[in-house]
Amino acid sequence: MGDRWMTAMPESSLENQDISCNSSQFTIYPSMYPTQFAVHSSIPFSKNSYSILSAFCSEENISQCISYINQEVSSLGFPAICTECSGQPELNMVSVLNTVYELLQLHRRSQRTLENLETEQFKYSSNLEHLQLSNSKLKDQLEHSKRENTGLFERERQLQMKIKSLQNSLKNEKEEVQKLQNIISSRATQYNHDMKRKEREYTKLKERLNQLLIDKKDKKLAIEVLNYVGRSDGKRSLWKTGKTEARNEEEMYQTLLKNYESRQKDLMVENAELKKVLQQMKKEMVSILSSRKHSLKGETIEESLEQTASDNEEDVCDSSRETLELSCEHAREQLTNSIRQQWRLLKDHMEKLNSQASLVQNGKWVDNDVIPRKAHEEEMDKLKLEIQQCKDFIQTQQQLWQQLSSPCDDETAALLNDCYMLEEKERLKEEWRLFDEQRRNFEKERKNFTEAAIRLGRERKAFEEDRATWLKHQFLNMTPFIDRKKPQTSYSHSALSKSPESEMKIVSTPGQLKKSLSHTSFSTPKATPVKMPSTTDLHRTLRLIPEHRSFKTQPKMGNLQDSILSSDISDKTRVLKAGNCSIYTLSDAENSPK
Amino acid sequence: MNFSEVFRHTNQLCRVSPDGKCLATCVQYRLVVRNINTLQILHLYTCLDQIAHVEWSSDSQFILCAMYKRGLVQVWSLEQPDWHCKIDEGSAGLVSSRWSPDGRHVLNTTEFHLRVTVWSLCSKSVSYIKYPKACQKGLDFSRDGRYMALAERRDCKDHISVFVCEDWQLLRHFETDTQDLSGVEWSPNGCVLAVWDSCLEYKVLLYSLDGRLLSTYSAYGWSLGIKSIAWSPSSQFLAIGSYDEKVRILNHITWKKLTEFEHPVSISDSRAVVYREMERRAVAGSDDLSIHHQIPAGTSLFSTQSKYEICELPIYVPIVKPDPDRANPKIGVSTMAFSSDSRYLATKNGSFQVLSLSWHCGGDSLILLSKEHLCLCYVEAEAPK
Repeated sequence: MGDRWMTAMPESSLENQDISCNSSQFTIYPSMYPTQFAVHSSIPFSKNSYSILSAFCSEENISQCISYINQEVSSLGFPAICTECSGQPELNMVSVLNTVYELLQLHRRSQRTLENLETEQFKYSSNLEHLQLSNSKLKDQLEHSKRENTGLFERERQLQMKIKSLQNSLKNEKEEVQKLQNIISSRATQYNHDMKRKEREYTKLKERLNQLLIDKKDKKLAIEVLNYVGRSDGKRSLWKTGKTEARNEEEMYQTLLKNYESRQKDLMVENAELKKVLQQMKKEMVSILSSRKHSLKGETIEESLEQTASDNEEDVCDSSRETLELSCEHAREQLTNSIRQQWRLLKDHMEKLNSQASLVQNGKWVDNDVIPRKAHEEEMDKLKLEIQQCKDFIQTQQQLWQQLSSPCDDETAALLNDCYMLEEKERLKEEWRLFDEQRRNFEKERKNFTEAAIRLGRERKAFEEDRATWLKHQFLNMTPFIDRKKPQTSYSHSALSKSPESEMKIVSTPGQLKKSLSHTSFSTPKATPVKMPSTTDLHRTLRLIPEHRSFKTQPKMGNLQDSILSSDISDKTRVLKAGNCSIYTLSDAENSPK
Repeated sequence: MNFSEVFRHTNQLCRVSPDGKCLATCVQYRLVVRNINTLQILHLYTCLDQIAHVEWSSDSQFILCAMYKRGLVQVWSLEQPDWHCKIDEGSAGLVSSRWSPDGRHVLNTTEFHLRVTVWSLCSKSVSYIKYPKACQKGLDFSRDGRYMALAERRDCKDHISVFVCEDWQLLRHFETDTQDLSGVEWSPNGCVLAVWDSCLEYKVLLYSLDGRLLSTYSAYGWSLGIKSIAWSPSSQFLAIGSYDEKVRILNHITWKKLTEFEHPVSISDSRAVVYREMERRAVAGSDDLSIHHQIPAGTSLFSTQSKYEICELPIYVPIVKPDPDRANPKIGVSTMAFSSDSRYLATKNGSFQVLSLSWHCGGDSLILLSKEHLCLCYVEAEAPK
């Protein structure tokens, strides 16, 4: 009974709504849970439930249903849904709704857990299937491998048997061989023995035969010679005596000794040569190792140095002692030991180089001293190229130098000269241009100057005249002067006013003069004759100021210009000379031209 | 190469005199002496029986003719054709006869090797040497002709006696450490005597002139051992050819093996040059190859033209496997010859039909003689140092 779901209906619309709700609820429920449920499903949703539910609550037993539900709900831990009032249990709507809500939640939760459990179960079942499959497969494999194993065991056993049998046969063969060898040796001894026996018999026979033959004294056993011939070497044959025996012995020993001596000589020569070769080898090895001492690292340097040093010492000592102890065991041993040492060092070094080379090849070696071969080669190529370039450059330089130093034909010489001249010409042109400019400036200055001088002269004149008149006036009019001053004063004022101007001009123009003179500008010859008188004034004015310096400098500059502009240049020099002359003529009045 | 007309001879008895002026051939019981340049007959001698052995004396003045059946030796003089000498061994029999190095004594070995008789042509003395050994080479004279080594067998032991050829005085007599001495040979400088054992044991003993044992050398045991021995002309090397088809060279200072040479069936050493003779006439089996170190093959006389072509290595030498059950099988190095400057060694291995090898004294050519063929081989000599 507790498994049934019920909807709580408001009392008012209990009947109609009840059924309709029930039916609607019932219709909903199956649609909400369309899935098939397993046996564990605790909620039987079928058409039977409708009938069960309708059996549970009807119009008559509402209060009983309520009380029953209240009991059930309270047993589940929910608050009571109805309250007792006036004999009939009244449904507490709020608590009813709450409980319904709670129940719905509970229902939902349990559904969810059910879902989860079902998915888990599904998973587990599939896992189980998979495991079963694999298990069966493994079982098959195991069977198979077991069978193979037995087969292999069988094979191994057979082979072992074979080996055993072969070993047995080998042993048998060996035994047989041994036996045969024993047989052979025994037979050999037997044969030897028999041989000896037979030989003895044979010698006995021979003796017997000999005796018979000799005793027979056959006449025919003789030599018939027509006449005895002389010996091939002309000597007479000698009797066998003790002296001859001794002589023979002596001769024999002499032959032997001669042989030994010659052999010993050869061996000595060979020995000396070999020793020389060894010494040479040692020296070379020492030199190689000492030259390599820079590439050695660590304590090996000192080691090898020490060794080489000691060996060098030994060398020196050896060579000095060599003549004394030529065949001495000690010296020989020393030499061979030192050679061995050096050879070992060289070998070690070679091994090191080899390992280094292999490391470089593998690209692991990072050492500043050791550069990869490629880089080395590239550098070599670069250097070679540089050398080639330098050589070419030097070659061209040499060619040029030769051309310069050697006398070439006139054309080229003229050309060359022209080239050099051209340079100078260019330079001179530049300078002329400069001079021209300066001359023009000078001209201008001079013009200004002369104008100023003329003005100054005129003003001076005017001033002198004024002064004269004023003095005259003064002299003549020793009386108090009232009226006549005004025009004079105005005149003198004007003169005075002019004079400070001219003074100023005098002040300024010498400065200008100085400036212009320092510029070394030249005046044109045209200007000079016009300005002759004024230039004398100018000279006077110039005397006020020490101009000797500038005058002195002028001729110098003139000389300098002279020296620069030599005979080759035609009209300009004349002009300049004229200019110089003009300058000189300026100073002619007072100073003699230099 | 030009050849003269063919002269008849018997028993392959044809000898050139040591001074190279005369040629002696035997026809049955006649001895014909010709001038080598003109091939004119100088002398004609008649012996008492069929000649078995002819030998010139060292000064080319006398010729020895031995008739073994009759036990006779007849000596003829070239200077005086009327001069004659006859040595009769009588019932003692004759097995071999030879000149002494001075050309005035004849050494006869009697039958059963009972004794060696030294007959003198210039004096009435006769010497007897007892118990000479019957072996491959039991008697040897030193190169300078001063000493003679004779192998003897006494009391079932081998001994060697060294005689001074001048007066046939016994200089030394010593026992050798061999089982069955097979041969003796002096070194060219006359100071060392090489003694080797029979083929049942590989053993070479080296004795000094005064009888001291210098050294022993044995390469292996059990198998058949030494077949032949050759000294180099400088006395520096001793070449030992054995039945295992190898040549071993010993050096004279330590008497230890310097090197050994093989005679493999297939030649693949890139330094070897193999010449094959190709005959134009359709004669089967013309490539009679005898392969040594840089030695070419044989040729034929007159009729067939042939040329040599260089074969590419590796080449397989066609050999005939000998019957291993027979005694003295035809395997192993049987003939060896050093060139005169001791730089080359020519060896013959196996059953090839080469009967003799000899170098020219200049050292740059080698002549091979077989039963029907003659081959002259030139060795490309390097520039002398």
